[in-house]
Amino acid sequence: MTEDAVSGEQAPPVRARGLVKRYDEVLAVDHVDLNVRAGDVYGFLGPNGAGKTTTLRMALGLITPSEGSVELFGRDPLRQGARALEGVAGFVEAPRFYPYLSARKNLELLAALDGGGARERIGEVLEIVELTPRAAHRVGGYSHGMKQRLGIAAALLRRPRLLILDEPATGLDPGGMRDMRLLIRRLAGEGITVLLSSHQLPEVQELCDRVAIVDSGRVVYEGALADLRRQGGAGYRLRTTDDTRALGVLGEQTGIEHAAAGEHGLGFQAEEPAVGALSLALAHAGVGILALTPELATLEDLFFRLTEGDAADGSADGSVDATPAQTAARDAVQVG
Amino acid sequence: MSAAAASPPAIAAPGGIASALRRPGTLTIWRWELRKLIAQKRTYLGLAIGMVFPLLFVVAQHLRHHHGHEGGNIFFAQITQSGLATPVLTLIFEGAFFLPLAVVLVAGDIVATEDGNGTLKTILTRSVDRGQVFAAKTLAALTYAAVVVFVSAIVATIAGVASWGFNHVTTFSGSVVPPGEALLLVLAANACYLIPIAAVVSIGVLLSTVTHNSAAAVVGTLAVTLVLALIPVIPGLEGAKPYLLTTEYNSWQGLLRTPTDWGPILHSLWVCALYAVPCLAGAYLVFLRRDVAGG
Repeated sequence: MTEDAVSGEQAPPVRARGLVKRYDEVLAVDHVDLNVRAGDVYGFLGPNGAGKTTTLRMALGLITPSEGSVELFGRDPLRQGARALEGVAGFVEAPRFYPYLSARKNLELLAALDGGGARERIGEVLEIVELTPRAAHRVGGYSHGMKQRLGIAAALLRRPRLLILDEPATGLDPGGMRDMRLLIRRLAGEGITVLLSSHQLPEVQELCDRVAIVDSGRVVYEGALADLRRQGGAGYRLRTTDDTRALGVLGEQTGIEHAAAGEHGLGFQAEEPAVGALSLALAHAGVGILALTPELATLEDLFFRLTEGDAADGSADGSVDATPAQTAARDAVQVG
Repeated sequence: MSAAAASPPAIAAPGGIASALRRPGTLTIWRWELRKLIAQKRTYLGLAIGMVFPLLFVVAQHLRHHHGHEGGNIFFAQITQSGLATPVLTLIFEGAFFLPLAVVLVAGDIVATEDGNGTLKTILTRSVDRGQVFAAKTLAALTYAAVVVFVSAIVATIAGVASWGFNHVTTFSGSVVPPGEALLLVLAANACYLIPIAAVVSIGVLLSTVTHNSAAAVVGTLAVTLVLALIPVIPGLEGAKPYLLTTEYNSWQGLLRTPTDWGPILHSLWVCALYAVPCLAGAYLVFLRRDVAGG
């Protein structure tokens, strides 16, 4: 989204510009820009220690940026305090509660701090996270997974339009992770914008439509997940009646790269127009096409290319050694 | 969650509903601060100090009386004549250390413990401003201090009256006051004692906010009061005595003179404000600006 596009519309749920957080000599967050649009399920992806939680803390006004600014629906949490958090809910790191109070009492307290009709929704949100039977028990005796669910319940009390969740599935068992994903998908389906920080790639791949990938405090990609996957490694798998001849044709065609024979046929990388020309060339050479299937790179491939490749060449921008995915990332960031 | 996800009630608000919520007031936060205190064991430790000390004092006086010792204080001299002398004497002895200790257990803890447990970030991401949270916490610590002081006074009065009767007492200036009036004077004396105690609470809140550590805040506050108590003992520093917080622990005694001597009480008001106001202002600014990264 360009600057001009933003100014012409309703303020976006999250808009961060040049966010920096320095702790003495350590640069935890390094000029991070984020653009979360209304309706996004936005994945905030990065290895542990990449600066995700620090960025979210700044977004919620819990810590002060060393430089830069962040706005939630056009309001600055630092300057406007609680007013900037209207319509915003969630948690950073693990959700924390008063261990000596029951889950219901904790929610009553938070509802009192929310005002409005939050208190009347306590039964409903407990039901949603399936904690009603344990609502009278002290939170001190809760498992990690139950506390995560209570964190979601506490967030839903505020009827958020933006939900900020920091690693919500961390520490959950497979069933709990599945339930968490179902819930997030359902909330997104109801029109809630979700900013989901995670280092669990399948979770992000399954849930998110747009992502920011951070590494060592810097955003190395921001944009649509589909674009990243397409630009970052669009490949094709080809099965023919004569793979040996087909490989020869592939080698002669312009716009076809990295052609190689593999266990399940031939693989190559190309843009769509080159693929059209290839199919004609194959027919001309008398090679029948049995299957020609696009293969998008997985998020995992891209993530490691962006984060580990980045570490190897030391710079995300301007390096001649940049991977195709990094080049795509730069393009996407510039247009994003 | 999966079962609920199959037939869900609607959660999302249409745009704008959340912003239409009425924001809660500081008194609402204060009430919840008190509820949190009620649910914590530490709260009762301070209260227990305030209740046990008068009882131990009364038992000790019974034993002492049997051994035939007499004290020099005018209220000591009449301890067996009127139970209303007991709360006056316990305030003198308890007021110098045990009541400050009891109130600081909560004041030193009130911000630091939430920081350590990570619950500060939980409440600061709701619809309340930091300033409101700070004000509510400070009010709650002051409320607790008042409760401890008055519970202690009530226990001392009941134990004293049960032991030695509801009789008239002789004040520091030698005049005799009837028991009803003496009881009111006891309550008023405890109210005056809240002035220096409020300053102690303020130091506790400051250290709780700055150190992020409740043990450090509790011990630090007690250390400050002990140092203040020792300063007048040091040769050359006697002149500082009228300006020390610890000196003001006894300013309420002006009430037990005839006519009432308001001088020490008014003096304690401004001296204690010299301690309380900068502490609270400093704590407030730190609380407003600090990074909440705990938990």
